[in-house]
Amino acid sequence: MSSMGTLDLPRVQAPSAQPSWRHRLRDRGIDRLLWLVAPAFLFLVLLFIYPSVYGIVLSFQPMDHSGFLGNYVRFFFDPFLRGTIGHTFSIALPASIFNVVAAIPLALAMRRRKRSQRIVNVLLVTPITLGTVLVAEGLLNYLGPRGWVNRILMGIGLTDKPLPLLHNMWGVIISLIITGFPFAFLLILSYVSGINPAMDAAARTLGAGASQRFFRITLPLLSPGIANTFCLTFVLAFSVFPSATLLGNPSGDSHVLAVAAANAAFQQYDYPLASAISVITAVVELLMIAIVLGLRSRLYSGSTATGKG
Amino acid sequence: MSALAFTKLELAAVSRQFKGVTALADFSLTIRNGEFVALLGPSGCGKSTTLNCLAGLLPLTAGAIYLDDERVDLLPPERRGFGMVFQNYALFPHMSVRKNIAFGLQMQRVSRHEIVRKVDWALDLIHLTEHGDKRPNQLSGGQQQRVAIARAIVMEPKLVLMDEPLSNLDAKLRHEMRTELRRLHRELNLTTVYVTHDQEEALSLADRLVVLRNGRMQQAGAPEEVYARPANAFVADFMGYRNQLSMVAGPVEGDPTLTRLSGGGIELVANGTVRGQATVAIRPDGLTLGRTGVNDIPGVVRTVEYQGRDYEIEIEVNETTSLFARINQRVTAGDQVVVNVPRDHVMVYAAGADPEADESRRDPIHERETV
Repeated sequence: MSSMGTLDLPRVQAPSAQPSWRHRLRDRGIDRLLWLVAPAFLFLVLLFIYPSVYGIVLSFQPMDHSGFLGNYVRFFFDPFLRGTIGHTFSIALPASIFNVVAAIPLALAMRRRKRSQRIVNVLLVTPITLGTVLVAEGLLNYLGPRGWVNRILMGIGLTDKPLPLLHNMWGVIISLIITGFPFAFLLILSYVSGINPAMDAAARTLGAGASQRFFRITLPLLSPGIANTFCLTFVLAFSVFPSATLLGNPSGDSHVLAVAAANAAFQQYDYPLASAISVITAVVELLMIAIVLGLRSRLYSGSTATGKG
Repeated sequence: MSALAFTKLELAAVSRQFKGVTALADFSLTIRNGEFVALLGPSGCGKSTTLNCLAGLLPLTAGAIYLDDERVDLLPPERRGFGMVFQNYALFPHMSVRKNIAFGLQMQRVSRHEIVRKVDWALDLIHLTEHGDKRPNQLSGGQQQRVAIARAIVMEPKLVLMDEPLSNLDAKLRHEMRTELRRLHRELNLTTVYVTHDQEEALSLADRLVVLRNGRMQQAGAPEEVYARPANAFVADFMGYRNQLSMVAGPVEGDPTLTRLSGGGIELVANGTVRGQATVAIRPDGLTLGRTGVNDIPGVVRTVEYQGRDYEIEIEVNETTSLFARINQRVTAGDQVVVNVPRDHVMVYAAGADPEADESRRDPIHERETV
């Protein structure tokens, strides 16, 4: 295709300082192949950009005509609504930190064990395929007051009454770990596999013990991947909705932003307020991502391999 | 330099099996302090396995390694005190050149002042003083390789292990680095084990050459010795004996020290007492143009490759046999020529003495163990 294009060109005239416009376009990767992104672009405009812009505009048109920022003022002055930010953080932050921190050692252990890696992948991917609701149903039976866990705990005498594992923020956190950990693990594993194992061997021959190798070689090389993974799992956890309603206490400590938005939209039919809550959710997520990526850029962010090997 | 004070490193019947395949069998070698030993062989021959066993990155299946009288093969790599230079350099990409070189010293808890002094010394040694604060990825391949070498030798290791360190460099740089390595070895008296598949590199660098195939040692000796008198047809092939002919060896009447060879339409007389089926190896530069009365072979020039100083030509002797010769006269394809080979340039090996002779001369056999 590109060779056709160049063959069809007229013979080159006297050399000029400016390359021809076709060459300049091609140099920037603009050619007919670019049409292939058209369907995706259309999709993006219709299903993402338009609804987002619509929602943002709507959020500035409160139903009580209290002015441009009315919904936002209301959100931040209402302790029940304002508290959702704190609730969401206290669920999303521990869950995503746990997911990332627990994924690192497992990924490191799996990096050279291809066979067990496959088994672990299957074990971990299954909960993703089952969907949040099914997992939540399972957890209701498993962690409930009369579920296996509590019956075993009481049976061996560790507690005399059932532990309140559900219908509070712990239930939501457990569910977020079950669904979020596989993502974190698979992502971290791919970053770990990108580190040349010769780095570790080199550090060993230079006298570095296991913990020195981890903290001075592996962790710095892995840190960009850890930051990315944290951002993704955090965003997933921050917009938690189904498990917050099914496993949490949606009017108490798991009254998260998504629940508040849903209540506004479908109980009070206040779409502008729901939009405002969604915009606030997005802004908080973006702030968090900005902080994490800002920290990341202060760490090493280049290639994880040297040489031509 | 007390760390360097040892007399000999001994590999005693070292074996390494990998998923049922023998990567290294019964390998015994004693390396003297200050010696430069090259392990040479095609890929899969066990040379990298040997190096990784020495480094401690691969456990042995059998055998032992002794540093003087101390057994070291059960120590983890971080406690052996051997420096290693990796094929892909394995520099730490998130550290500057200085920090890369200082890493090993920091692990040894050398004082900060002393680290600065030693790193300066090492940077000066590899002529990269100005590049100390750069990241490895900002350096060229040759510079990265020098940093990798500096990182290993700044520790004053008892032994430096080098795994094909020049194989990623272009021809010119490779030659320069070879000279550099030789200089460093002479200046620092570093005991070095060097792995390569390049016989020219091995010949030019090493005090002693060890040729391996299929995990077995084929020959060990001074480069001149291995080059001039390869122990078997495999070593000969690896040393550049490009002409390998299958011939029948018989006695020469009146002289029991000679062998008469015939096969492939050629008759030759060689030194030696081999009788029966034989593999005959001749280096291209063992052949000269012209008739001498002994071992003259007539033929037609088929191809001529200009090599700068001389020509490598292919001579078709008959339909089945061609010979390669390195000559310094200009000939053209199609010329009728006579080449001759002096008796002592003809290497004769009894066929069958080497069970693996026919199987895979340049074998890509078992998967290479990478660490």
